[in-house]
Amino acid sequence: MDAIFIQLLNGLDKGGAYALIALGLTLTFGTLGVVNFAHGALFMLGAFCAVTMQKLLTISKTVKDTSITFFDAYKEQPYLEIWWGDTGTMIIDYSVPISILFAIPVMLMIGIIMERGLIRYFYRRTHAEQILVTFGLAIVIQEIVRHFYGANPIPTPAPDIVSGSAAIGSAIGLSDSVVYPWWRLIYFAFSMSIIGSVFAFLKYTTFGLVVRAGMADRDMVGLLGINIERRFTIVFGMASIVAGLAGVMYAPILPPDYHMGMDFLVLSFVVVVVGGMGSLEGAVLAGFLLGVLQSFAAMNEIKAILPGIDQIIIYLVAVVVLLTKPRGLMGRKGVFED
Amino acid sequence: MSPDKKILRLNNIWLTMLLFSLGVLTMPWWLEPIGAAYPDLLQKFAIFGIFAIGYNILFGLTGYLSFGHATFLGVGSYTAVWSFKLLSMNVLPAIVLSMLFAGFFAFLIGYVSLRRSGIYFSILTLAFAQMSYNLAYSVLTPITNGETGLQLSKQDPRIFDRLFFEAGEGLPSTTLFGLDMNGYQGFYFCAVLLIIAFFISLKIFNSPFGLSLRAIKSNQTRMSYTGYHTRPYLMAAFIISGMYAGLAGGLLAVTDPLAGAERMQWTASGEVVLMTILGGVGTLLGPLLGVGIIKYLENIFSSVNSQTLHEFFAFLPDSIVTLVVNFTGLFVGEGWHLTLGLLFMIIVIFLPGGLMQGFEKIKNRFTDKA
Repeated sequence: MDAIFIQLLNGLDKGGAYALIALGLTLTFGTLGVVNFAHGALFMLGAFCAVTMQKLLTISKTVKDTSITFFDAYKEQPYLEIWWGDTGTMIIDYSVPISILFAIPVMLMIGIIMERGLIRYFYRRTHAEQILVTFGLAIVIQEIVRHFYGANPIPTPAPDIVSGSAAIGSAIGLSDSVVYPWWRLIYFAFSMSIIGSVFAFLKYTTFGLVVRAGMADRDMVGLLGINIERRFTIVFGMASIVAGLAGVMYAPILPPDYHMGMDFLVLSFVVVVVGGMGSLEGAVLAGFLLGVLQSFAAMNEIKAILPGIDQIIIYLVAVVVLLTKPRGLMGRKGVFED
Repeated sequence: MSPDKKILRLNNIWLTMLLFSLGVLTMPWWLEPIGAAYPDLLQKFAIFGIFAIGYNILFGLTGYLSFGHATFLGVGSYTAVWSFKLLSMNVLPAIVLSMLFAGFFAFLIGYVSLRRSGIYFSILTLAFAQMSYNLAYSVLTPITNGETGLQLSKQDPRIFDRLFFEAGEGLPSTTLFGLDMNGYQGFYFCAVLLIIAFFISLKIFNSPFGLSLRAIKSNQTRMSYTGYHTRPYLMAAFIISGMYAGLAGGLLAVTDPLAGAERMQWTASGEVVLMTILGGVGTLLGPLLGVGIIKYLENIFSSVNSQTLHEFFAFLPDSIVTLVVNFTGLFVGEGWHLTLGLLFMIIVIFLPGGLMQGFEKIKNRFTDKA
């Protein structure tokens, strides 16, 4: 029971990341009609926003280490600490949450530049060409990041106060041994709130109404005299913010490296396909479902029966779903059936 | 005038084949001036040429964009190395087996993936490729030797070889009935196979089967209305291109008998897509042109380092040199993939038909409008 509960929690934060990326992918599919293979790169860029913030905050100068008195020792001390003392230390500690504020405008800008500069010329080209050009873009972004940050993963710790584990077990009546890292719980809550706000935005605002109408019938919305192109730009910006935030918050869980985007992208595509192309609810549902399934498959008990199942479970599920329900779990008729 | 019609009009197959064979076999001679005439690179030209020709049969004719063809390349390599380990150092059983195994894998993957078309197909093949890659790295380590890669060793049984002669000192090299498969001999072996592969692809392009595949590309629905069951055709094309990839993988192992999982990564699949579209999808010579350009550039670009750049830009004033070197350094050496990605984008944006389309455009400008 305890083990099952832990695996469920394990799946939820990974599932949250899948769901957030898949949500953005589905938004761009549904409205712009573009298959964006560079979406994973946006997730990766988000994670590197956190890295950049951390680096910026810890710009240091070499000072004399006063704690060592036997000989002259020097250490690196961040300017923030020199200027503001403990407040500075605290700001550095909170670099990941702070970088959320930093990531929103940055990702919005990247998204808009990408859409205006490249993607919009591909609305009327074939899907194969869209895939190819965004694939090329993903490689370019990835290599640029590698050039500046190197090939190794960069640890980006979460604030100290949440670096421990939460004793969930005793809180909900299971054994005390059930503990779980705070940050992962926060990630889950964070992803839920982002998903909630995206849905609320689409449901309760006029802008969202137009976007949903555009997902149902783009040409008709255009005929009604609405400048759909401009809205699409904003939708793309939104999708990149969602992907970027998913990346920022994931940085403490998985130290970012330059190819993390592609690893997540393949899985997120599978998530979208399982959930049903063009269905936002499907993307979220499938994201969490596959995340949880993947973590269950990683249990030792299951691995003993079926070795290696954790590596391929997601793909197996995708194959089964596509063979039995070709439109995915919640796919609508007529979406991407070329 | 589309390139398609041209291929159909080209009825003198034997003349084409003669010219093509001459071109391929004299490569060591006419590539000398650009410094590409050494066996290692020539072998790569021939091997990836086979890979791209096979990929073109699927993507060029049917329009199905597979993102998982590197899987078959990897399967071919592993099979060939196992054949060297277990059976014999002779290359013939190795490449035959690698084609068979790759074909079998293509059957399995194609059976599922071909149920969907368009982006679904691309994503499915990508998913399968990632799955095979993950498996090769983790659970299948007894077969693939995981991260280290599969290598020959002195303890290998090699049952057929043992029947005829004693195990020699050191690791044996791959042979074709006593002929060592390295250097130029290796190249000529690959070149002969490339010529055969090209011949088969030429035949397929001109056959009714090829025509049906083209019909699937232009309008699959109409094709089924005329009474064709399209899936067997697609399946055949998928398996054939998988076998080409398996042959290429086998040849990679022939020229250098080791196999690693990184050959199956999605970047490798992406590379063959790039080669094909760079030259020209659906044209006969295009993919080969793409292979030549990419492999040649890769060879040059990745060997350049900042030292060579400094020498190259020595004529510039000192103040700019560092700037220029730093900027160009982005694109060479380790940054070769960046150049590749940019090239990829530029081709898709401006010349979706590849270089062959570009040549066609230039030719039309000079003939039709004059």
